[in-house]
Amino acid sequence: MSFFLNVLVGGALAGVMYALVAIGFVLIYRASGVFNFAQGTMILFAALTFANLVEMGAPMLLAFLVTFALLIGSAFLTERLVLRPLANRSVITLFLATLGLSYIFEGVAQIAWGTQVHSLDIGLPDEPVDLFGLSISSFDLAATAIAALLVVGLALLTGRTGLGLALRAVAADPLAALSIGIRQERVTVIAWSLAGFVALVAGLLWGARSGVQFSLALIVLKALPVLIIGGFTSVGGVIVAGIVVGAGEKLAEIFLGPVIGSGIENWFAYVLALLFLMIRPTGLFGQRDLARI
Amino acid sequence: MAAILPSDPAATQVAPVRTGRRWPLWLLALFTVALLPFAIGSDYLFSAILVPLLILSLAGLGLNVLTGYAGQLSLGSAAFMAVGAFATYNLQLRLPGLPMPLAMAGGGIVAAGTGLVFGLPSLRVKGFYLIASTLAAQFFIPWLLSQYSWFSNGNDSGVVTAPPLKLGPLDLDSPAGRYALTLTIVALVTWGASNLVRGPAGRAWIAVRDMDLAAAAIGIAPGRAKLFAFAVSSFILGVAGGLWAFTYLGTVEPAGFDLDRSFQILFIVIIGGLGSIRGNFLGAAFIVLLPVGLSIAAGVLAGSQVDPALIENIQKVIFGILIIFFLIVEPDGLTTLVDRALRTQFRWIGSRKSGNQE
Repeated sequence: MSFFLNVLVGGALAGVMYALVAIGFVLIYRASGVFNFAQGTMILFAALTFANLVEMGAPMLLAFLVTFALLIGSAFLTERLVLRPLANRSVITLFLATLGLSYIFEGVAQIAWGTQVHSLDIGLPDEPVDLFGLSISSFDLAATAIAALLVVGLALLTGRTGLGLALRAVAADPLAALSIGIRQERVTVIAWSLAGFVALVAGLLWGARSGVQFSLALIVLKALPVLIIGGFTSVGGVIVAGIVVGAGEKLAEIFLGPVIGSGIENWFAYVLALLFLMIRPTGLFGQRDLARI
Repeated sequence: MAAILPSDPAATQVAPVRTGRRWPLWLLALFTVALLPFAIGSDYLFSAILVPLLILSLAGLGLNVLTGYAGQLSLGSAAFMAVGAFATYNLQLRLPGLPMPLAMAGGGIVAAGTGLVFGLPSLRVKGFYLIASTLAAQFFIPWLLSQYSWFSNGNDSGVVTAPPLKLGPLDLDSPAGRYALTLTIVALVTWGASNLVRGPAGRAWIAVRDMDLAAAAIGIAPGRAKLFAFAVSSFILGVAGGLWAFTYLGTVEPAGFDLDRSFQILFIVIIGGLGSIRGNFLGAAFIVLLPVGLSIAAGVLAGSQVDPALIENIQKVIFGILIIFFLIVEPDGLTTLVDRALRTQFRWIGSRKSGNQE
C-alpha cells in the first residue's frame, strides 16, 4: 500500500510540472484564442539561454532577467510579425503558425547555444524527505510549492486586477473589447510575456530535474492531453488534470506495464484524453460554451 | 470562443474549392517529366530524390484528403503510414504468393480500418481537439508495433529487411525499377483520389469542411463523410507507408514513422496548398529539395567544414519562417502561386484551368 501511495504521490508531483506547462497554454489561449504549440520550445529556449548565461558566469538573478527580457522581446515579435498579420484567421491556421514558431524557437535556441545537454543547479536540494510515512523528493516538494505560488499569483492577476479584466475581456469578445478601448495588441503581448515567464519557470524546474536538453520541448506533448482533460479555459482544472495525468501514467506504467508491456507513459495521457473527449468533451472544469459538437 | 463555432466565416475558409478540369497539356507535361529521369538514369536521382519525393507527395495527398478537403486536422499521419508498412510486410509474409501490389493495397486497407477507429472521436469533437485523437494514434501505434514482436515476425530489434521487389517475372530491385514501381502506384492512387474529390464524396467533404451544419441541412451525413475521409486518407497514407518501407528504405521499422514525419507531411500540405492535388507534389518537392539546396549552398559559402547540426537547425528556422510566411501571404500554397504565375505568363494555358475559384 505504501508503495502504491509513493508512486501516486511521485506521479502527482510530476503532474504539477505538466500543469505548469499547460498553464502557459491557458494564458495565451484565453487572451488570444491561439493554441500555442510553441510553448514547448519556448521552455527549451528559456532553459538553454538561462543555463548558458549561468555557465558564462552570470549571477542567477541577472540570467533570469535577461532570459525573461528575451522572452518579452519574442512576445513582441510574435505579436507583430505572426499574430497581427494572421488576425481573424481560423484557429487551425493560427495553430499551424505556432507550429512554425516552434521550429524557429528550437532552431534559434540550438544555433545560439548548441545541442549538448546542460546540467542546471538552481539551488533546490534533492533529498528524500519523510512526509506522513512517504518518502518524497524535497526538490519535487519545492517545485510543487513554486508552481502553486505561480498559479495563485496568476489567478490573482487574472481575477483581481485591471489587467486581468482586460485579458478576460479580450478572450470573451475581442470586438467588444476593442470598442471599449482595450488595446488588444498590448493585451496579447502581455499574455505571451506571461506565458514566457511561466515557460521560464517551468524550464528551470524541469531542467534542474532532468537536464537542459531538447527533450524539454517535448513536454508540450504531455501538456496537450492535460489541457483537454482539464478544459482549455480553467487554470484550476488544468492543475487537477496535470496531477491526474502525472499520477495516472506512473501508476499505469508500474502496475499495468508488466501486463501489457513497458513504455505506456508515452501514450497513456492521450488515451485518457481521448476517453474524456468521448465522454466529457468540455473537460473537467471547462466552460460549456466551447461548442465542440 | 466564437472562433471555433462553425458560424465564424473565417474558420471555414481553410482552402478554396477547386473543381476545374485539367488541360490535357498538363498530362502531357507530367508524363514527360515523369519519364525524363529514365533518360538521365542517375541512381542518386532515383533513390535519394525522386522516390522519397513521390512517396511524400502521396502521403501529403492522404493528409490533404482529410485536412484540405474534409477539414479535419491530423497530426498522426506517420502512424497510419507505419500501419500500412507493417500490414504490407505481414500480408506478404503470411500469405505467400500474394502479388506485391495486392499486398500494398491490403496494407492500405488495414491502415484505413485503423484510421476509422482513430477517426471516431471526430463524430464528437472538431477542430484542434482532434489533434488529441490523432496524436494518440501517433504515440500508441508505433509503441504497439515495437512492443509485440509478432508484427515484425519475431525480430528482436523490430527492424526487418523488406523482401526484394518482384512483380511476376519483373525484377524491380534496381533504383530505376523502384522508381518505376513507385511512380506507377503513386500515379494510380493520385488518379483515383482526384476523381474521388471531384465526385460526390469530395463535394460532401468540402461541404462538411466549410460548414457542417449547412451540410447536414442539405442531406449530407457529416459523421459519415468525416469517417469516410478518415478511411480514404488512411488508405492513401498506408500505401505511402508501404512504399516508404519497401521501395525507399528497404526496411520495415517503426522508427521512421515518428511525430516529425507527421509534421513533415503536414508541412507538405500547407506549403503545397490545402485542398489541392497538385499542391502535394509541389510541397513534397519543396520539402525534399530544400535540405539538398541548403547543404549545397552551405558547402559553396563556407567550404566543407560546416557542422551538419548547424545546417539542420538553420533548416528548422527556415522551415518555421516559411510556414508562417505561407500562412500569411499565400494561405493557398505553392499551387496558387504557380497558377498565378502561369496565368500571367501563359494566358493560353490558364484560360480554363481555375474553375470556380474566386
